[in-house]
Amino acid sequence: MYSLIFAESAIFTIFVVAYVYYTGKSLTGPYPKDVLELPIFASLCLLSSSATIHFAIPALHKGDTRVFGMWWFATLALGTIFLVNTGLEWHHLIYEKGLTISTNLFGTTYYSLVGLHAFHVTLGLMGLALGMIFTLLGKLQQAHAARAHVFALYWHFVDAVWVVVFTVVYIIGR
Amino acid sequence: MASESIALPQADTPARPITERLHDWVVTVDHKKLGLMYILYGLVFLVIGGIEATIMRIQLIVPHNNFVSPQTFNRMMTMHGTTMIFFVAMPILFGFGNYLVPLMIGARDMAFPRLNAWSFWLTAFGGLLLYFSFLGGTGLYGAGSAPDVGWWAYAPLTSRAFSKGHSTDFWTISLLVSGFGSIGTAVNFIATILSMRCPGMTLRRMPLCAWLNLVMAGLVLLAISPLTAAQVMLMLDRYLGAHFFDTQAGGSATIWMHFFWIFGHPEVYVLIIPCFAFVSEIIPVFSRKPIFGYPVMVGASVGIAFVSLSVWAHHMFTIGMNSYANSFFAITTMVVGIPTGIKIFNWIGTMWGGKIQFKAPMLFCIGFLFQFLIAGLTGIMLSAAPFNWQLSGSYFVVAHFHYVIVGGILFALFAAFYYWYPKATGRMYSEPLARLHFWLFLIGFHLTFDLMHVPGLLGMPRRIYTYEPGRGWEELNLLITVGVFFQIAGVLIFVANLWWSLRKGRLAGNDPWDAWTLEWSTSSPPPEYNFAKLPVVQSRRPLWDLKHPDDPDWKYE
Repeated sequence: MYSLIFAESAIFTIFVVAYVYYTGKSLTGPYPKDVLELPIFASLCLLSSSATIHFAIPALHKGDTRVFGMWWFATLALGTIFLVNTGLEWHHLIYEKGLTISTNLFGTTYYSLVGLHAFHVTLGLMGLALGMIFTLLGKLQQAHAARAHVFALYWHFVDAVWVVVFTVVYIIGR
Repeated sequence: MASESIALPQADTPARPITERLHDWVVTVDHKKLGLMYILYGLVFLVIGGIEATIMRIQLIVPHNNFVSPQTFNRMMTMHGTTMIFFVAMPILFGFGNYLVPLMIGARDMAFPRLNAWSFWLTAFGGLLLYFSFLGGTGLYGAGSAPDVGWWAYAPLTSRAFSKGHSTDFWTISLLVSGFGSIGTAVNFIATILSMRCPGMTLRRMPLCAWLNLVMAGLVLLAISPLTAAQVMLMLDRYLGAHFFDTQAGGSATIWMHFFWIFGHPEVYVLIIPCFAFVSEIIPVFSRKPIFGYPVMVGASVGIAFVSLSVWAHHMFTIGMNSYANSFFAITTMVVGIPTGIKIFNWIGTMWGGKIQFKAPMLFCIGFLFQFLIAGLTGIMLSAAPFNWQLSGSYFVVAHFHYVIVGGILFALFAAFYYWYPKATGRMYSEPLARLHFWLFLIGFHLTFDLMHVPGLLGMPRRIYTYEPGRGWEELNLLITVGVFFQIAGVLIFVANLWWSLRKGRLAGNDPWDAWTLEWSTSSPPPEYNFAKLPVVQSRRPLWDLKHPDDPDWKYE
């Protein structure tokens, strides 16, 4: 998983480089400072979901599947809130502010970078949902703790990427 | 030590039906079978890519030839490059790595056998998708066939406006898909080499082939990802109206070049590093001396991998970067020659004072040494940015990189084929045929690629489908094309040798070369489980220790 994270970081880096390179180069509006609002609540949700999964894994190592299930569900819920928020933000940007991927360079780089991240969040949520189903069915046992740990690494990676994306897009880029 | 296999009771069973045997191969997760499939796949595409090159060379044999149309020539050029890099070199090298690494580190398979199979089939599908473009590239507009944008697919030629139809999309998606396969293989190599070495095999005792595959795998992770990102951006541009490479909206076509070459340069190091691995295993065995300077070889390889990540814009000296950028990339390119030179010295140092056996693998390795050195030197010539301004986009560059790829990579691959063929098949190849292959190919290679430097220096541009007479290029182009036919003859003999020896070759036994690494302790071919008992090693040459218990290596390491 570390190797995969290494490779994925390289992919994200290229999109971040494109974003940074094209900052301020859009020929027409809308511009970041006109349309971007800091997604503070959503970011807090995503970052907390890293904490919740961090508590879930030791519980599973100890064999405490109930506690594990609760923390895992919390992770799934917080991650879903983040994704829904992204969806609402995009709806607002597209229909009310008129920013699409083809509007200008800002639109292109914003949607591709945030979109790539959201795609990885979605994959993570699918994994979390699968884990949730198996936990509810009683099939996820202590023996699977190592696998859950590997998945948690992926989730932490997704979170770390969001920290970078948030900084680049919403703080520096504005 | 596990040199015995588990004895199976003899039974007089009839051969299983062919459908069952084929099915075994399709569903296998055994690293040896997957390795052989990768290699066979690459060999088939080697022939196809060679046909594409031959078509180009016939078109260029005389000025104003009309053997093929300009559009077809561009397609041949694109497909030749794309095929050779992605569907010949990478599969064959991954195949060898897949086959050899678990055997060399005393493991029974790779860390993730199913991921291994998934990666192979993704790569295989990618190649077939690329070639489907000949049929399917037409799309709704009736335009386009195979991709014709060069293997580097520069923007804005690849935008919808200039590449109608789906030819570019076939290029993009087939490489995207096989790129995921490559990343899967790289993850597998890293996990296997780091976690599955047999007892006693510390990293300092691992064969150089395993070390170099580890370095290559790390580089694949860092190199393929930028290509994936850039290709996603290209698809977004083409289908969702994004503006990454759209200059009319303020985008930049040169940023494609940066992203592509951030992939493209480390990619060629991904290709050459496993070839260093083969040469580092073969030269010691045929010089009857251990490799000279093992720790330095490891360090140099890691150094090459790191520095190669910082040289990409030497493919872009002519696009008008400022002189600080030009100087930076010129310097880093020269710097990457230093660890490479160290490795060449170490290989020569291995041969020095040894008792050299001029069998086919060694002949090809010696060719590799000589040719890779010259290729490296022309590379250093090209790294001087002002000199590059004269030679960029000329046949000098084409000669340089073919010297590395054919003279370096392909020669090392031939050496590896001959060296490990007895292990994989249990039979010896025909040595006289192999020598004939070597000499024919050597003559053809040098005729073609030595001479190719000259038209470049005389100003012949690359990527052209024909040229004017009267510039002094005609005789050279003619001879260059003649050389191609010698190479074809050599390759045909090579294929015939492999095929004939499969049935009629002398039985090889476990260790026909009296070598020292763990794969030679298994039977030829190895049993599916590799080792009945996992070996325990105490030095870098475990089989030397076994054969010479009075003078083992671990006393000196």
